[in-house]
Amino acid sequence: MGDPFGMPITHGMVAGMGGIRTAGDLVMWMQMTRKMRLPEAKQYVAEKLKVAPLDLVDECVMRDVRQDLGIGTITAIAGVHRGIAAKRRIGELLGIEINSVNKMWHKS
Amino acid sequence: MEDILTRMGDGQRITMPASQVKAELLAGTKDAADRGKVPELTSSELKQLFEIIADKNRVVTVEPGEEIVLTDDLSCVRHSGDEGAAGGVGIPITRLQAILVHERSYAQDSAVFQVPYGSGGNIQRVKEKIEIDMQAHETVSLLATIPMFYTLAPAVLWYFRPSGPYKNPSDLLPRGKIREAQEASEKAAERLTEDVVYIGKKMYSIGCDAFNLDTSASGGDAEFYSNLNIVSKLKQAAPHMAIEMGMSGEFILGVHTEMTFDGQRLAGMYPHQQVKVAEAAGVDIFGPVINTKSSKSFAWNLARAVTFVKQTVAVSNIPVHVNAGMGVCSIPMHPTPPIDCVSRMAKAMVQIAKIDGL
Repeated sequence: MGDPFGMPITHGMVAGMGGIRTAGDLVMWMQMTRKMRLPEAKQYVAEKLKVAPLDLVDECVMRDVRQDLGIGTITAIAGVHRGIAAKRRIGELLGIEINSVNKMWHKS
Repeated sequence: MEDILTRMGDGQRITMPASQVKAELLAGTKDAADRGKVPELTSSELKQLFEIIADKNRVVTVEPGEEIVLTDDLSCVRHSGDEGAAGGVGIPITRLQAILVHERSYAQDSAVFQVPYGSGGNIQRVKEKIEIDMQAHETVSLLATIPMFYTLAPAVLWYFRPSGPYKNPSDLLPRGKIREAQEASEKAAERLTEDVVYIGKKMYSIGCDAFNLDTSASGGDAEFYSNLNIVSKLKQAAPHMAIEMGMSGEFILGVHTEMTFDGQRLAGMYPHQQVKVAEAAGVDIFGPVINTKSSKSFAWNLARAVTFVKQTVAVSNIPVHVNAGMGVCSIPMHPTPPIDCVSRMAKAMVQIAKIDGL
């Protein structure tokens, strides 16, 4: 609780991995689906992406990695996977079950 | 050394000599150690905390490579809400737009789709309107790339009179009707469990990826018992839906006093004990809370919070995302939390308590 500047923006700037700007969402998926602790989750994601762990938070590396793999970019690029399409590719890349993909993508 | 610019737990700016800051840090860790029967911070950790507080910069940060992931409880209502419940800023945007802002403007690692703001958190009202949230959540999930949590506050108080059908323990206990109060708590807890499991199954059926039980145990041990049972049942019924349990306070209040889970009495538990029963229930991510004391200094509150959380992280086998909102874990109780304190709290929790997320 707290205003956006005081809470999510400050936490994001000070300590956050950066979501789809970098690889924060991918590490988040591993904590959620496999209960991985942070170091293990980072190592796992880095290996799947074939990058060094420090590259996971390097926006200059991750932007191109994300576009090439079709797992969503933070800036809006026409034709690049986002939303459910990106989540389907994230699930395949990380080897995890994503419920929204199971229920919504495969329904189509 | 000149006096250090810092704050009190209510956000008031003060200056404090270095010796007093160090004394406050020591007093804070001792208080936590005494109450929770956990180890105090070491002298090197206290020195590190002092350096974080004494840093002259407005905002401090973690080092590259130390970054953590973020979850929260208010993504979709923080913009449109009022100050009162959410620190809201009154921008009339939809829940969908708010989540996309969190994903693409704030670079958050996850977002929360929450019950309609006007429901007041009453689970019975949420259950009545769940079809509205089901289809709205589907729409958001199609567009959002980050994981989304469906959040609600599973509070037992809505099941007591005057809101609910069961007698209120706060009326019965002062009259010495202890067994009657316990029975009312047990029935309310059972109803709460049924209703939230119903909601969870409904959300799972449309593709919800994660469920967040927010402010767990706000109603005491009977509510904590219910929340743990909710997790157990949902992990069976919804195996691909992660569950985060965010607590409401540092200490489980003993309203019933004799509720147990996994053979352990719930009343009186501190975070390092709460996380073990949460693990046993099947929780995927645990969010401890340490209450900020507004009459104490930020330094006192920070050392105290880090002491509790460090032990919680040490004994946990699941990710720990410390609650980092206003009024908890040393962040001052103020609707516009001061970013100097917010940043210092985050840095201390990452570097000393070794959290998995905020």
